[in-house]
Amino acid sequence: MADFLRSIGYNGWVLPALLAIPTVGALVLWLHGWTRRGATGDAADAAATVARRLTLAILIVEFVVSAGLWWSFDPGSAGWQATADWPWIDAWGARFSLGIDGLSLMMVLLTTFLMPLAVLGGWTSVRHKVHSYHVLMLLLTVGMLGVFVAKDLFLFYVMWEVMLIPMYFIVGIWGGERRIYASIKFFIYTMVGSLLMLVAIVYLGWQAGLLEGRPNFAYDAIMALPEFQPMVAFWLFAAFFVAFAVKVPMFPFHTWLPDAHVEAPTAGSVILAGILLKFGTYGFLRIAVPLFPGIALHPVVRSVIVGLAVIGVIYGSLVALVQPDFKKLVAYSSVAHLGMVMLGIFALTKESVQGAMMVMIGHGVSTGALFLLIGMIYERKHSRMIADYGGIAKVVPIYATLLTVVALSSIGLPGTNGFIAEFLVMVGSFKTLPGMTTISALGVILAAAYLLWALQRILYNPLDKPENSRLTDLNWREIGLMVPLVFMILWMGVYPRPVLRRMEASVTRFVKDAETRAAQQSITMTMGGAR
Amino acid sequence: MNLDLSIPAQLTRALGPDLLLLGGAMVLMLLAAWRPDSASHQRTVGLASLALCVAVLVAVILVAMQGMTAGRGVLAVDSFRWASDVVFLIAAIMTIALSVDYNAREGIAVAEAHVLVLFATGGMMLMAGARDLMVLFLGIELMSIAVYVLAGLNRRSSRSAEAALKYFLLGAFSTGFLLYGIALVYGATGSTNLVTIGERIALLGLKTSPMLLIGVGLLLVGFAFKIAAVPFHMWAPDVYEGAPTPITGYMAAAVKAAAFAAFLRVWLEAFPGVYAEWHRAVWWLAAITMVVGNVVALQQRNIKRMLAYSSIAHTGFILVALAAGTQQAATAFVYYLIAYTLATMGAFAVLVTLGTSGQPRETIEDYHGLWQERPAMAIAMAVFMLAMLGFPIFGGMGFFAKWYVLQAALQAPAPQTRLAVILVLTTSISAGYYLSLVMAMFMKPRPAGAAPLPAAGFMARAVIGVSVALILVFGAWPDPIVKLVQRNSMLGVPPGPAPTPVTQTAASR
Repeated sequence: MADFLRSIGYNGWVLPALLAIPTVGALVLWLHGWTRRGATGDAADAAATVARRLTLAILIVEFVVSAGLWWSFDPGSAGWQATADWPWIDAWGARFSLGIDGLSLMMVLLTTFLMPLAVLGGWTSVRHKVHSYHVLMLLLTVGMLGVFVAKDLFLFYVMWEVMLIPMYFIVGIWGGERRIYASIKFFIYTMVGSLLMLVAIVYLGWQAGLLEGRPNFAYDAIMALPEFQPMVAFWLFAAFFVAFAVKVPMFPFHTWLPDAHVEAPTAGSVILAGILLKFGTYGFLRIAVPLFPGIALHPVVRSVIVGLAVIGVIYGSLVALVQPDFKKLVAYSSVAHLGMVMLGIFALTKESVQGAMMVMIGHGVSTGALFLLIGMIYERKHSRMIADYGGIAKVVPIYATLLTVVALSSIGLPGTNGFIAEFLVMVGSFKTLPGMTTISALGVILAAAYLLWALQRILYNPLDKPENSRLTDLNWREIGLMVPLVFMILWMGVYPRPVLRRMEASVTRFVKDAETRAAQQSITMTMGGAR
Repeated sequence: MNLDLSIPAQLTRALGPDLLLLGGAMVLMLLAAWRPDSASHQRTVGLASLALCVAVLVAVILVAMQGMTAGRGVLAVDSFRWASDVVFLIAAIMTIALSVDYNAREGIAVAEAHVLVLFATGGMMLMAGARDLMVLFLGIELMSIAVYVLAGLNRRSSRSAEAALKYFLLGAFSTGFLLYGIALVYGATGSTNLVTIGERIALLGLKTSPMLLIGVGLLLVGFAFKIAAVPFHMWAPDVYEGAPTPITGYMAAAVKAAAFAAFLRVWLEAFPGVYAEWHRAVWWLAAITMVVGNVVALQQRNIKRMLAYSSIAHTGFILVALAAGTQQAATAFVYYLIAYTLATMGAFAVLVTLGTSGQPRETIEDYHGLWQERPAMAIAMAVFMLAMLGFPIFGGMGFFAKWYVLQAALQAPAPQTRLAVILVLTTSISAGYYLSLVMAMFMKPRPAGAAPLPAAGFMARAVIGVSVALILVFGAWPDPIVKLVQRNSMLGVPPGPAPTPVTQTAASR
């Protein structure tokens, strides 16, 4: 496989192609919609079907193209791979520069894997403005992949913002009752964070390009900058921190998440939970920690961040425990899971960071699957309230089986991906942060509590509502879209080695670089303090 | 080639495009008076004015390409002037194009309306080129008087009359400040030529001269009125709301741009020597303007008023570039101006298109569900809103405009970090109102029983289409226009003893 990919020069064009396919697809789809804009009745239905199929086809092609990365990626190297680089805005030194390493490879694959499933998940529930919806889905794909493959901070910022608009419209137009409130809250929270990041990026770019007389936003050039004054570094870190912490979301910045997740249409929730939240943690892994390890690992800053992460784990789980709304329950469970990721990143051992990456992937798959399942039952009964169900396992056995498997993986049952991931975080973090790790272990127990209790109330209690006995079980489309997800859950639970192997070199380098640079910077900081 | 402005023939050459425009405007004025007012005559004069603007635009570009420079004199011949002129002319073309249909619809049959836009534009071009406070004053008056009349064009509307009166009174008031400031600066330095003033401030050590400083302060107040900076902005919302919609767009884009062009030139050419003294005032002006403009805009339900406050907020953003006090500020300003003019004219074009004579459709509620009825119009409006918000890709050039200002602020010898932070924070406030319109258009249902929307005229559609296309194309691929602006926004100070550079010791607030 690797030889074949090399023979077609795969690494040279894959990343640009991944961005180009959905862009061109969006354009074609939009034109198609434009030519059919007057259609009504059957003609409109036919056009909508074309839009759905075309989008699905584009996203499947996208996935197939990206799948090659799995083989062409060299697990032994921690550097950039599959790079592509073109001038973009010459005058400002911004380049269209792409590349992946072990950290971004998994995120790219996760994105391309979840997108077709998300579109399938919204197959029948999106009924009006079908073309626009799918155009936005494709643009969203471009933005998300762009963030993960950008090797230039300017491009990173642009892509970071680009994905915001499609998501805003998807939540705001096709969402639930409180969609407008949820979408604007989502937008403003994200924007405040990212604009501060913009100031930091402008500053860094100019620092990196001082000698050339124009900015230089290349990631490597910025990484090579000599260290900053502690105060400057602190404010720069703070700017990135706010941007990423809102996205994660960390504890005090999380309030947009339940609203957006609950009000978004099914596909929107899947993407929000499965991919968008990973932007924040990816940002910490890619930018905030490697660039300012002296600040990030400063005892005070580190304990504040880890503290917030652990509060997130416990608080998210506790709030999930009392949610009457199943979708909201899953939304709060995301806060808990992402808290775990933050713990893993800031514990800064190889195992804990690998574990954090595994939680990111695992959470993407299982929470994505949970939102899809919620969407399926919502389409049948139009209620997300746990109390409206009960005992439906007998009525919809396939659905019940799938929901149970997915929920168990979210809890972290051995044999599922959730177990491996959380186990790694725990083991790794215990070395450096034993106290915090012990507390956050409570979160795992709470996760079992809220999910199992919810399962019991939805699936296994007595069937006391007669209207529920008329629910229909999953159809072939729905079963088909769950199969890959369940496969991933089990595969990564039983044999995670191939995944771990591919991220190992990058993770090791991340940990080592952060530690050495932090050590140097803390020396200068103490000296600076003494002066 | 280097022009000697003391020779009348060469002075005429330096004034070429301006003379073409003003001469043509006089001929068109005669044409307008030739026949009694009627809708068709109004249209004819409008089209003729449009043609004249295009001709002048071509002339400006041709002159700019010759790369002329000039020695000392009353006029500046540099690329900053030509770049500003291009923006004014584009705004004028769009305004006249919109006015032709708008005036017909509102029953404004005065054919002179279009000619007044030409005169105002002539005044602006003079302002951008003035290197002498007297010429500058002439330009300001020429522009202002024409715009006073334009604001009150709709004689049957009491709001229009109120707008005109308010604009006239406050405009005259601010002119007083300007004139007094000019007098004091002349008194202190003995010259009205910007370059000479700059030199004498440095040479004679006038930094602490109270007369000069009071003069600078009065000039600052006068300009602050013209650009509608807080706290001198009170007139703007009422005037913007009352004036005919295309004229509001013209005021928000071109009139403000012209005032800024003159402001920038005076400040960067004449007063770099007292940077430390005016910097703090401009700093506060910028900060307060950004905060107040954005916060008050949040409460507006009328789109014209909202855009008025948004334009006040944009004044604050541009002032950030000015506070940096470098050549880069001029570059950032020109770029900002192009993006902002396109977005503003586009947004007002949408407003013009959707209104009817009885029903102006200016509140946010009127835009509910526009997407269902007029998808293209709603998408265009969303692009304009995102451009003003400064959003990348979907807001196209708007993002790079803001980026440029940020860059100018952070790159200055005395980096304006705090202003940059205020800029981004207030920008996120502005998301609140720009998005509320987007939200109304896309996410709210069209109210049942709403009157059908009128069909858009050709001209309005052209204005909207061109604006959207330029914003998006140059937003995805800004390199050509960035380079063009970088090459063409130089304040060309003529040879002579170099004015003192901006002092690095100035307060870095």
